[in-house]
Order: sequence, then C-alpha cells, then structure tokens
Amino acid sequence: MKPKNQRLVLVIAATGALIVAVLLAMWGLRSRASFFYTPADIAAGKAAEGQSARLGGMVEKGSVQHEADGVTIHFILTDGRATTPVTFRGIAPDLFREGSGAVAEGRMERGTFVADQILAKHDERYMPPELGNLAAEHKAGKTLEK
Amino acid sequence: MHALANPARFLRLARPATAWLLLIGLVFAVAGMAAGLTLTPPDYLQGETVRIIYIHVPSAWLGMAGWLGIASAAISQLVWRHPLAAVAGRAVAPAGATFAAICLITGSIWGRPTWGTWWEWDGRLTSMLVLFFLYLGYIALASAERERGGEGRVTAIFGLVGALNLPIIHYSVLWWRTLHQGESIGLTGSTIDSSILWPLPLTMVGFTCLFAAAVLMRMRAELAEAKVEARMRRLGA
Repeated sequence: MKPKNQRLVLVIAATGALIVAVLLAMWGLRSRASFFYTPADIAAGKAAEGQSARLGGMVEKGSVQHEADGVTIHFILTDGRATTPVTFRGIAPDLFREGSGAVAEGRMERGTFVADQILAKHDERYMPPELGNLAAEHKAGKTLEK
Repeated sequence: MHALANPARFLRLARPATAWLLLIGLVFAVAGMAAGLTLTPPDYLQGETVRIIYIHVPSAWLGMAGWLGIASAAISQLVWRHPLAAVAGRAVAPAGATFAAICLITGSIWGRPTWGTWWEWDGRLTSMLVLFFLYLGYIALASAERERGGEGRVTAIFGLVGALNLPIIHYSVLWWRTLHQGESIGLTGSTIDSSILWPLPLTMVGFTCLFAAAVLMRMRAELAEAKVEARMRRLGA
C-alpha cells in the first residue's frame, strides 16, 4: 500500500473509532443531559421531594390562575401523559402563555411544583400574526419532545 | 484541490476571488439584513424580536461550517500533505471563532425577551459554547506549533477530533430535551413562514461570502509573510 493510502486508511479508522466512542458517550448521557423533567417523569418519582429540578411541559389551556396578590400564579404543566400543578411567585416571561411550552425551575413540595423561575419555550414555527392566530386554534404540542 | 497545491497558482486565483466574494457578500448581507429589518412581518408570538434570526442563524452556520473547513483541511494535510492545508486551517479559525461568538451573543440577546433568560446550560447552548472554546484552543495550539517550526500535525489532529462536536451541536435538540427549540429548516422544508423566511438565504449567502473572503485574505497574508521571511533570510545569509 502506498504511504498516502495508508494514511487515508489510518485517518478513516481513527475517525470512525472516535465517532463510535462519542455516540456511546452521548447515548450514556441521554437521560442525564436532559434540560428538564416532564410531568410523566415526576409521576414516575424521578424528582425527589424538595430537590431542585426543572420541569418542562405545555401550559394546559385554561389552567392559569392569578392570585389576589397579583404576583402569584398557579397553572398546570402537561406532557400529554401526566400533569403537574405548578405555583410561581414572580414575573413570567412574555411568551409564557396557555397552550405554549414552559420550563419551571424549582422543586416538588407536597405534590405541587414550586417554581423560583419560569422560562418560556417556543417551538420551531415562525409566522406572521395573521397566520399565527389561525394556527393557535389547532396547535399541536410540537414544542415538547415526543 | 491539487491544482491549487502550487501557492503561485493559488494566489493568481485568490486575488480576484477575494474582491468578488467581498462585493457579493456585502450586497447580499446588506440586502438581507435591510429586508429582514423593514420588509418582513413580525412573528405572531415573539413580535419584532424574531428579526435577530437573520444574523443568528448565518452565524451559527458559519461557526459550524468553519470547523468543517478546519477538519477538511486537517484531512488533506494528514493524508495528502497538501501544502496549503495548514495555512487554510489557521486562516479559518479566527473567522469561525468570531461567528461562533456572534451566534452565542445574538442567541443570548434573543433568549432574554423570549425564553426569559440570558443563558441556560441546555444541550444546544452548551455544545455551541464548547465549539467556541475549541476554536480558542485551536488558535493557541496552531500558533504554538508554528512558533516551534512544526508542520502543524498536532493542530490538524486536534481539528479533526474537534469536529466530533459538530454532530453533537446539530442533534442536541433531537437527542435531549432542551430549552432551544427544534430545527426550523430541514431537508424536507421549513417551519418558518415564507414571508419571514425569504431574507434568511440572502444573509446566509452574504455572510458566507464575507467569511470566505476573510479566509482568503488571511491565507494570502500568511503566504506573503512567509515569502518576506524567506527573502529576508536569503539576504541575511
């Protein structure tokens, strides 16, 4: 074999081995690298009581309730399989709205997720306002991972 | 590729190419950004904030494409000993690092009003930050190896290994639950409405041409520098 081809084979083999190694590592990280738990994970007991965690899901339509103090809200996050009630005291981002995705940072306390911070999660669709109003009518929960 | 192995022939082509790429890049980038700022409608959810997409997405593309260039240069250096490969790798790195930084900065500015945070350690954001640090490492390694008069083989290997981060960045939003949304533009189409989408290809092409022009300029500068050094050495000897 010519030295040039030998080097080519070597580079290909080394790259292939590295790719396999990285894929294995990523596969191992799969559950740990997730940014948030879903309500189904909570139902399965993956987030211990009082331990800080992130909970992500779709804000259930009609579930957002404002308390009389003006800064506390209650809502329900859902992933289509399970739901978790969330309480939050503070200012939520503009994009936090019913039927949209959200990630809450906080902890579970007696069956309720008490959030210190709310992040809004939007999906990969962008469209002008007139189309957006139509789409909001029959929105599929694509923001959330299957 | 091997037709360009001769630096003289490369320079003959690179000189006019730089000017053309600069011109085309400027026209496309300015047209795309102006259109994105004035002609497109706001997003139904984000409002005017969405316009940052016309800079954010091309920067993300070039940050990643830059490392793809570094990896290709590394292969052609390691396997075929292409004489210009190391020069090309060194020329791409600062441009790629700049665009990776622009991507991170614009993403942060975009994240604050939409997500409600400047930064979160989610899969996409973290892997992009890793890319930026890889660029810094590559630049430092390349200049150190060059100072010691090496061929740049260690740098090339680093460039090749670092490319493993590219699929991680790309698939991070598919593999893991992330705050960053999934892909808008795929092979099968786009989930961005065409009225918002159309200036994006303009800025993509524009920024890419500017990127290529910057790389060619840096390559020419390094070749010129080497020529001067060789001449000085001959005069001194």
